[in-house]
Amino acid sequence: MSALTDLSVREAAARVRRRDVSSVELTRAALARIAAVEPALGAFLTVAGAEALAAAGAIDRRVAAGEDPGPLAGVPVGIKDIICTNGIRTTAASRILQKFVPPYDATVTARLKDAGAVVVGKLNCDEFAMGSSTENSALGTTRNPWDPDRVPGGSSGGSAAAVAARECHASLGTDTGGSVRLPAAFCGVVGLKPTYGRVSRYGVIAYASSLDQVGPIARDVADTALVLQAIAGNDPRDSTSSPRPVPSYAAALDRGVRGLRLGLPREYFVEGMQPEVEAAVRGAVQQLERLGATVQPVSLPHTEYAIATYYLIATAEASSNLARYDGIRYGLRVSEPSLRAMYQRSRAAGFGTEVKRRIMLGTYALSAGYYDAYYLKAQQVRTLIRRDFEQALGTCDALVAPVAPTTAFRFGEKTADPLTMYLFDIFTISVNLAGLPGLSVPCGFDQTGLPIGLQLIGRSFDEETLLRVGAAYEAATDWHAKRPPA
Amino acid sequence: MALTRDDVRRVAILARLELEPAEEERLTVDLDHILEAFARLAALDTKDVPPTAHVEDFGALLRADEVKNPPAGDEPLLNAPARDGRFFRVPKIIE
Repeated sequence: MSALTDLSVREAAARVRRRDVSSVELTRAALARIAAVEPALGAFLTVAGAEALAAAGAIDRRVAAGEDPGPLAGVPVGIKDIICTNGIRTTAASRILQKFVPPYDATVTARLKDAGAVVVGKLNCDEFAMGSSTENSALGTTRNPWDPDRVPGGSSGGSAAAVAARECHASLGTDTGGSVRLPAAFCGVVGLKPTYGRVSRYGVIAYASSLDQVGPIARDVADTALVLQAIAGNDPRDSTSSPRPVPSYAAALDRGVRGLRLGLPREYFVEGMQPEVEAAVRGAVQQLERLGATVQPVSLPHTEYAIATYYLIATAEASSNLARYDGIRYGLRVSEPSLRAMYQRSRAAGFGTEVKRRIMLGTYALSAGYYDAYYLKAQQVRTLIRRDFEQALGTCDALVAPVAPTTAFRFGEKTADPLTMYLFDIFTISVNLAGLPGLSVPCGFDQTGLPIGLQLIGRSFDEETLLRVGAAYEAATDWHAKRPPA
Repeated sequence: MALTRDDVRRVAILARLELEPAEEERLTVDLDHILEAFARLAALDTKDVPPTAHVEDFGALLRADEVKNPPAGDEPLLNAPARDGRFFRVPKIIE
């Protein structure tokens, strides 16, 4: 394998800027790697080879002309197929959008390009980001690079698998209930869910609008910080994007953890967890203590209500967001003489089982007579969950927890009963409900060699502390440097 | 509060989803099972708790009302399932 595909984003961009390597060479190496591993891995739904080489050529010409193409100069990246890319098919891994070609870039896509990145393709995910294993994709199966019999996690499974398998140097995912952090943990890479409002969602296909957030996936914390820097900040085209200024994330990386107070939520260490996951996370906590952090127990007493709260709010919002797929202006249409039949048949043919289930659950929760008991109640409990975090983070700088109760599970293991899959989101979902940032970093392996993720949860708009703790931990360990079998 | 197949049919109409009989049956079982598990929320006293609709409320961010987009060309129609010149083709709506 070409060593070029192993380079960090920082190193690859530095070499392009120094003209030690061209972006076209990096892009060819990525495309060759994609061609070699995709038949078995299935991380991509669309490989945009010609577009990527043209973009890389343009970057190289700018470098040759003495220009600086930006901090991601010439680096091949992948984008979750729920984020619009001008002229490149964007499907949300759904039959209903299988042929959809956006006439514009999402703001995050445009910002990556403005920073010099080269988009090599679009990555598989659960249909409309609804799932925790990428098994709900209607358009393909993505395997875990560490074990082809296991899922990559979801919903941004392709985004994590592609980065772990060296098909691209970094990627974008979206995280509504854990969809960046979980696949990052399952695939042994770093994933960040930024604070709600930190990153624009303009051009991101909506699932649950009070929860959705775009986040970077990379092979170490510094690369994650670099990609976040490129995409963060206010966007006049997304009214939920915050006007707060964006700090320098790179500057936060080498401050160490001495003096930081870390909280260990007791509700996140529960019976039924895989013992190796608990041991790895507790080992990481001890490591952080040795590095100078102080650790104290904290409580998030409403954790047991988080799954119900999330799956009522998220599905209610999804039922509304997905009402736009009507077969009129874009997307799949099943032709019928009456408008009503056309809507019903187009949606029946276009949506997969889990998407239909969530639309139905959400529509029910919002319907007359049930709104107060379900949707309003869930919004009230959401307030209680937020208050739990406000209290815990009042006495701590960040919280330390597992990302998931187990390492990557096998295909089909959790698909028979939808609730089993929902319950798997227990450690990630509350963070979305509270709108907080969460970082997943590798912290060990189980006996079968599957990666384990450590989750750091921070205060609102304090991505810096998470990156700082993650970088300090990474500097003292080498879990993130391990790579899956070729 | 057990969910019935009639509930599922009613909700499917609201959601504009045509369901096969087998789908109806499966959804009745699944949704009933899920809602039963979610009934635990009812046990929490939330009488004086305000709902959270959005976590960050920085008010309405208004920008100047300036036209920035050029008049659309053919792009909006390129993804149309059916079109007629500059128009989307749809079934007859008014009898």
